[in-house]
Amino acid sequence: MSTPTETLRPPAPPGLITWIRENLFNTWYNGVITVLTLLLIIAAINTAVQWFINIADWRPVTEYFLLFLVGQYPQDLVWRVGLSLAIVCLLFGVSWGIGGELIQSFAITIATLLALAALIPVQIDDLTLPFRVFLLGCVLLLYLGFIFGRKKRILGLYLVIAWLIAIALIIFVLLPGISSVNLLQEVPTTLWGGLLVTLILAVGGIVLSFPIGILLALGRRSSLPVVKGFSTAFIELIRGVPLITILFMFSLILQVFLPVGSRFDRLLRALIAITVFSAAYMAENIRGGLAAVPHGQIEAAKAVGMNAFYINLFIVLPQAIRVVIPAIVGQFISLFKDTTLVIILGINELLGIGRSVINADPEFIQLQLEVYLFIAAIFWIISYAMSYSSRKLEQALGVGER
Amino acid sequence: MSEQTNTNDQPIIRCRDVQKWFGDFQALRGISMDVQIGEVIVIFGPSGSGKSTFIRTLNRLEEHQRGQIIIDGIELSHDVRNIEKVRMETGMVFQSFNLFPHLNVLQNITLAPIWVRKWPKAKAEEIAEQLLERVGIPEQAHKFPGQLSGGQQQRVAIARALAMQPKIMLFDEPTSALDPEMIKEVLDVMVELAKTGMTMLVVTHEMGFARGVADRMFFFDEGLIVESGTPNDIFHNPKEDRTKLFLSQILTH
Repeated sequence: MSTPTETLRPPAPPGLITWIRENLFNTWYNGVITVLTLLLIIAAINTAVQWFINIADWRPVTEYFLLFLVGQYPQDLVWRVGLSLAIVCLLFGVSWGIGGELIQSFAITIATLLALAALIPVQIDDLTLPFRVFLLGCVLLLYLGFIFGRKKRILGLYLVIAWLIAIALIIFVLLPGISSVNLLQEVPTTLWGGLLVTLILAVGGIVLSFPIGILLALGRRSSLPVVKGFSTAFIELIRGVPLITILFMFSLILQVFLPVGSRFDRLLRALIAITVFSAAYMAENIRGGLAAVPHGQIEAAKAVGMNAFYINLFIVLPQAIRVVIPAIVGQFISLFKDTTLVIILGINELLGIGRSVINADPEFIQLQLEVYLFIAAIFWIISYAMSYSSRKLEQALGVGER
Repeated sequence: MSEQTNTNDQPIIRCRDVQKWFGDFQALRGISMDVQIGEVIVIFGPSGSGKSTFIRTLNRLEEHQRGQIIIDGIELSHDVRNIEKVRMETGMVFQSFNLFPHLNVLQNITLAPIWVRKWPKAKAEEIAEQLLERVGIPEQAHKFPGQLSGGQQQRVAIARALAMQPKIMLFDEPTSALDPEMIKEVLDVMVELAKTGMTMLVVTHEMGFARGVADRMFFFDEGLIVESGTPNDIFHNPKEDRTKLFLSQILTH
């Protein structure tokens, strides 16, 4: 009782030296293991750095950079892809201005990726100065959109309509072109490739499978036997089959069932297959969230006279989706990586381009590692950006949680 | 239309021989009760006596399987539109509050008026602010339920139910989940509401509240009304032994 001040403070954390001695060198054999491991790590890093600086040859990537980005999309028409990117950036900025925190992390991530691409400190022939300036311009456009959206406070509904129009314009007019307009000469999807196709399949799959997944999840809980039966059968059937099988099935079956002579775009077939596959998993994720919403919530909503549609829209789904955001993002990330499987349909997405570049020049066969490392890096950067953004989104949504 | 059919002598709630089973267990074994406009009814009884089940049949959170329930001239049946109409006219307050945790207090209160009553947002918000004033927490409008105490949450729940401007208010053990020091703030709001002439059915063991504002009390046991009468009858002159026993159990503490 005489000196209470000492016992009132928590014990000071041990210093670095103490920590090392207590955890890494507490016995003689732990000491040996520590030293050996350290040597191993140093050797590995040294080898990697040596390879990176002295041996690695990035010519396959730098010489065919545009191929990796857009495939065989005609070079003189690439501005149409650029314009699409600019439109998306502008709309993202406006969405950020209106949606605030919910969109912020995604918008900032996109801006960061574009800026990084613009500032790659390596001489790449395809990455011309105007191209780099254009990428930075997209970042600026995103910011201008943000300012505009924050100031104007336009209705969210108009924004959604703007997005729908823009996406339709990009997918059906700008990228494929229309034969009757001179500036917009047709570019068949067989020429599309690289990151462009990867992103179209991933974003398209995500955007389409999300609402379908919600409907299937609600359908599976429906009291109507036909709806419930169909949803359950669909989900279980699709989940029981590997994606690669579904891709094959869609590319073959669609061709069989369609009238003779009609051609169904290969890229669209792949997109449908990916969407169907992803929707089944999405449904099960969301169903888990639906089950987590307490029954009292539904009763309270009923008690104020809401119908089933309003109850789902305003009470059940917002709470259910919030619970399963981590699972949903995890699924989107795996969907993003699964897009590489469309290579079996002969679609040249990022990985497909990598393989054709390797095969293009006998010299490059030695340089496979560089090509695959580059592709892996792109996948990792985008996947990590997605998971980072979603963590920020969870924090933003955390307000007022129980 | 319903205003015309409800003259003063016609009950706003009319129950005839209401029966309800959960599987093989019969929770309600024939409840008949008429409630006049403006009456405050307290329902009490041991747990499992069917009192909560009964009050929940009145806005069809539970379906009755036999008998008849007519609320404000509308009979409760499988007709979904009738059910939604009845629910618009009956507010309900739950034991566990059941506020919507992802919406702030103001949104909790205005959601149904805006989408079900189709009122303009400004009107709904104005009414919500008046109600928050009335339940004594106008400064909490922009907080989320998770940031409020239990007593505050239950008062928001009352405001949420009142925002639909119902003709009847149902309270299902509104103070049972509250810490003792918060029970009073909720009861005060309910007493205030009773004074305005609201028709109220309250399942509760708060006998002080019953003594103060109830017009009639119903003692439930094993799915039946054992005894009913004015608070004076029930407290000072109970006829049934079961009523006496139960009252002695809850009043001795």
